[in-house]
Amino acid sequence: MLFWQILIDGFAISSLYALGATGFTLIFGVSGVLNLSHGALMVAAVVAAWVAGGDLGVGSYLGASIGVAVGLVATMLTYFVIVRPLQQSRKIREQEKEIFILTATLLWGIMIQELIAYLYTNNAKTVLPIVEGVVTIAGVRTPANEIFTAVVCWLVIALLWLLVNRTRAGKAVLAASMNARGVTLLGIELSWVYMAVWAIYGVLVGIAGVLLGMFLGVSSYSVGPLTASAFSIVVLGGLGSVSGSLIAAYVVGYLETMTAYLVSPAYRTIPALLLLVFVMYVRPRGLLGRR
Amino acid sequence: MKLTHWRILRAPLMKAALSVSAAVLAFAASSTADAQSKDPIRIGVISEAQSVAGSSIPLGAQLAADEINAAGGVDGRKIEIVSYDNHSSSAESVRAFQRAVNEDHANAVIASYISEVVLALEPWAARLKTVMITPGAASDVITQNIAKDYEHNKYTFHGYLTSTSIAQAVCDAAKDLLVKDLKMKTAVIMSEDAAWTTPLDASYEKCLPQIGLKVLDHIRFSPDTTDFTPIFNKIEGEKPDVMITGISHVGTQPTGQWKSQQVPIPMFGVSSQATNSTFWKDTNGATEGVLFQAVSGPGVAVTPKSLPFVDAFQKRFGNVPSYCGYTAYDEVYYIADAIHRAGTTDSDKLVDALEKTDWVGTIGRVQFQGKDTPYPHALKVGEGTITGLMLQWQDGKQVNLWPTEVANGKLKFPSFIKTN
Repeated sequence: MLFWQILIDGFAISSLYALGATGFTLIFGVSGVLNLSHGALMVAAVVAAWVAGGDLGVGSYLGASIGVAVGLVATMLTYFVIVRPLQQSRKIREQEKEIFILTATLLWGIMIQELIAYLYTNNAKTVLPIVEGVVTIAGVRTPANEIFTAVVCWLVIALLWLLVNRTRAGKAVLAASMNARGVTLLGIELSWVYMAVWAIYGVLVGIAGVLLGMFLGVSSYSVGPLTASAFSIVVLGGLGSVSGSLIAAYVVGYLETMTAYLVSPAYRTIPALLLLVFVMYVRPRGLLGRR
Repeated sequence: MKLTHWRILRAPLMKAALSVSAAVLAFAASSTADAQSKDPIRIGVISEAQSVAGSSIPLGAQLAADEINAAGGVDGRKIEIVSYDNHSSSAESVRAFQRAVNEDHANAVIASYISEVVLALEPWAARLKTVMITPGAASDVITQNIAKDYEHNKYTFHGYLTSTSIAQAVCDAAKDLLVKDLKMKTAVIMSEDAAWTTPLDASYEKCLPQIGLKVLDHIRFSPDTTDFTPIFNKIEGEKPDVMITGISHVGTQPTGQWKSQQVPIPMFGVSSQATNSTFWKDTNGATEGVLFQAVSGPGVAVTPKSLPFVDAFQKRFGNVPSYCGYTAYDEVYYIADAIHRAGTTDSDKLVDALEKTDWVGTIGRVQFQGKDTPYPHALKVGEGTITGLMLQWQDGKQVNLWPTEVANGKLKFPSFIKTN
């Protein structure tokens, strides 16, 4: 019984972590940007879905779609207003740009967080679930929404894999992550590749956010922890490696769930953080990192 | 005059100048002392203006001040509220307190609903010898500090229930609603790991067995917890009749997950976020059936003053007051009453007068425990003073179930809850 509980609950939460971290690692791999406003973008999507579903009363499907759309818009705004001007600036030295973008996205995240707290208070919010009710699997009463979350996460990840590996545009993205200059020499406009990757990232952030809002709920306080958890999963898996992030998401998800069940819910996050420190010592590039 | 002469003369001249200015200052001081008796009474209000609960504190205080002033003030003196936003920070609160006392000459201060903030201000109330009353913090340590060093800390008053008395109120309600009516026998305590829940849980462990609820387990979790599935599954495996809660930092998330996982055990106890009128919306209605302790509720006439206060508040500010809106409103009234009885705003005399407070406010009859009790300056609780309420969310509304004299509904659970 306990075994099945850990297996099922761990799977749902890990899938969600995986989806959240995939986009984060994708834009790092392709454009070298560590986006520290990641959590804020997710929370923005959740709050939009909450407002649409509650205040505007548009129902769960449309509410979720609006949430994803707002996630996408907020992400593109981040790219055009914060990231791109810094990348193209002639006043900042090339080797300092990374730290400028890091700081700028961090501040941007705080601005979004404060704006949300100001407009909608810092109370936690939950999004109207698309599927309600419970299903019993192997004697474990599981919310249907939890299964829905895992299924959607994997569908989206599979679609992303197809897009990157099986389409021409996707291959350009893949190539850009390997050698940006090579891609430009082939006559592909690099800025279009970046824009496409940010758009994909925006959709992933929106979906992950809305699913998180349905499954667990978030508040403006979640901004920091969400960024931190995506960051540590990505570092554990190896910066820029999508498959590494997927494996790391499951390692972290199951480690947390097992700790909560077998030790105490109060220590939930500690073993995963210890593991991260340990990996940093023995294998600083992460599980599947290339550099 | 040569320079040397000037040097000789300089010392006596300076002395004369000093004595003249001292005289001028003394005169000025005496004249301000005269003016002060006609000056307004200033009450500083330090609060978390951005949070749902804290934003009601300055509004409740202002409403009381305006009512008192409209009726002629206190012995002819108007009450003036000076408000400070502390951004939920202890450091900013301390600065605000110093400014309130030293620059804005506040005669008393109403401060914060966060225990950690009030504990940071308590030594400052002592140093600056200024009366401070909290409208919403719960930690027992606030009044324990007064017991330890009364002469020093006597300027602090606890205008809201202590964690221990909140637990007692929950047990009193559980005895009637759960043990008598539903014949429940077992419970699991579920609370967040925070300063205010330590005395709460200790009190639960003591009073639950006394009313006939056996405590099967006691689960404390981190206030950062987002996934409550393991906690609910663990509790369900122990098959208690009820979960007794102690949650404030979390609320929306456990409630949403309780509903989506259809945990068949009722939640009963302290759930601070559930007292907010927006909680139904925040949880998309998942809070249906949740029972929570409070000192006030919509449409509940705890005293004849409760409903007129809510009406006036709603009419003026467009929303309903949080729990500390009620207490802040009452506090301005009983500070005014104490100043009237003392005949002065002198802090020591004001402390004496406040200790003799017997004021029917909006949440009950306010009286403070004496200086020889373990919790001096804590509110007296129980029948005849403040009993608290036990409310339940039903169809988007907060319905009061206990005590029966002021109940306006019956206990009702969503279909996934199983009671014997």
